[in-house]
Amino acid sequence: MKEKIRIASGQGFWGDLIDAPYKQVTAGDIDYLVMDYLAEVTMSILQKQKNKDPKLGYAKDIPPLMERILPICKEKNIKVITNGGGVNPQGCAEEVLKVANKIGLTDLKVAVVLGDNIKDRIDEIIEAGCELNNMETGESIKSVKDKLLSANVYFGAFPIVEALNRGADIVITGRTTDTGLTLAPMIHEFAWSEKDYDLLSAGTVAGHILECGGQASGGNLLADWESVDNLADIGFPIAEAYPDGTFLITKHESLGGKVSYETVSEQLLYEIGDPKDYITPDCVADFTSIKLEDLGNNKVKVYDIKGNAETPSFKVSCSYESGYSASGSLTYSWPKALSKAKAADKILRKRLENLDLHFEEIRTEFIGYDSCHGPLSTKLDENDINEIMLRIAVRSDDYNSVERFGKEIAPLILTGPPSVTGFAGGRPRPSSVVAYWPALIPKNLVQPEVKILEMK
Amino acid sequence: MKIKLLDIAHGRSGDKGDAANVGIIAYDDKGYQIIAKHLTVDSVKKHFEGICLGEVERFELPNLRALNFLLHNTLGGGGTVSLKHDAQGKTLAAALLRMEIEVDEI
Repeated sequence: MKEKIRIASGQGFWGDLIDAPYKQVTAGDIDYLVMDYLAEVTMSILQKQKNKDPKLGYAKDIPPLMERILPICKEKNIKVITNGGGVNPQGCAEEVLKVANKIGLTDLKVAVVLGDNIKDRIDEIIEAGCELNNMETGESIKSVKDKLLSANVYFGAFPIVEALNRGADIVITGRTTDTGLTLAPMIHEFAWSEKDYDLLSAGTVAGHILECGGQASGGNLLADWESVDNLADIGFPIAEAYPDGTFLITKHESLGGKVSYETVSEQLLYEIGDPKDYITPDCVADFTSIKLEDLGNNKVKVYDIKGNAETPSFKVSCSYESGYSASGSLTYSWPKALSKAKAADKILRKRLENLDLHFEEIRTEFIGYDSCHGPLSTKLDENDINEIMLRIAVRSDDYNSVERFGKEIAPLILTGPPSVTGFAGGRPRPSSVVAYWPALIPKNLVQPEVKILEMK
Repeated sequence: MKIKLLDIAHGRSGDKGDAANVGIIAYDDKGYQIIAKHLTVDSVKKHFEGICLGEVERFELPNLRALNFLLHNTLGGGGTVSLKHDAQGKTLAAALLRMEIEVDEI
């Protein structure tokens, strides 16, 4: 058994720094590169891409990234784990094998984890007695079944562990939890039992710290953000894990950013609910047990983590189409910038009303004044305001109303209050609104499947 | 004396459906005593009047000198449905740090 392993975060979402994974494999030693590509909205985008072309449906950044990093990963024996397979892990793996062939590699084992995509199994699942009731409203999925864009089960670490046990160099999954990507190599290397919930919780907490990339190594830091050095060349976080569940969060020395008590604790608090009840498919981690010690030198020790048994369900995330939205903006300058923006808003609303359009919501915000903190914002005298961006957004089931709204923004320049600019890029176009349907499914209704693809 | 929460704590916020999560972390133990005492469900609900339209849930993480709040019905429908500029509540931790607290001494 290895004495320790170093797991590096390479991506916090699809659209994150393109060069981050490359820097993680080149700027120092690591054993695993883990990349989270999937936000809830990503699955519906990928499903739409796959509907148009059955070969797509995965994070398209992956094949070109692999072309850059595979020779290095092979040489340094770095394994890559990612959920960027989206709704087509197999298609992604096939492209990666093509890339491997192209750059002259002769052996590469790529594993895929399948079975999370239940979009075509909804009827069968309802028949088996699970109506995928909305976790927030309790409503049966039947009401949105015909509008479904995607439906995926969140798998945990164990399918990836199976892939690693079978010798995979690269593991590409669909909807695996972000935390499972980091936990899996620890289970694999340290032979942790699926019943040792304290250890599984430790790996899960490490995964939570790594899952948002640079957000644990100096990015988006509210505490003393000005002290963070060289964010331009930020090093993403690395977990140096030990068999007893202790781990250090650190980063490559030569890269920028910072790892400190503050950077790690802020990330620990990010997007959590009840801290005693951090539910994953693998365990229920207790965040009130976590101990942190800042060792200095960009090293934070995380230890003593406790947890409990997993729940009998997997979480399911479904997305469905729910009307249209659009937003437009204009910028008004001093003098009386705020009054002008407010007047323009009134005029626009009156015009929309006269046109007899239908909206579920019209929202007006004054950017530069109170769009972030609303009533908590400091009240300013008009003379102190240099400029205000008026932002108006609408949502409706009626496409034509939203489209017509888009045509009413630009005319305000010549037919509304003065000293206005900032209308570029054409009319705001309606975009479809994708809504979410969170649900639970008994674990026995879905089976993860691990397949190994090898070079021919 | 009056202190600003910003001077004794930091934090991070994000979205969980239509709820915003706001995590607040004190810089030291004394700061944690202050936030644990003064950041109650009621005071936070009152602070976010007009922003948080639902219930406030409060959780303690003394191990991290931190409190976590869930502000329900806050993000205009959440994620992709919301028309808000800050649809994910990313700036709400900073909004809570605006709070002023009356303390005996610091």
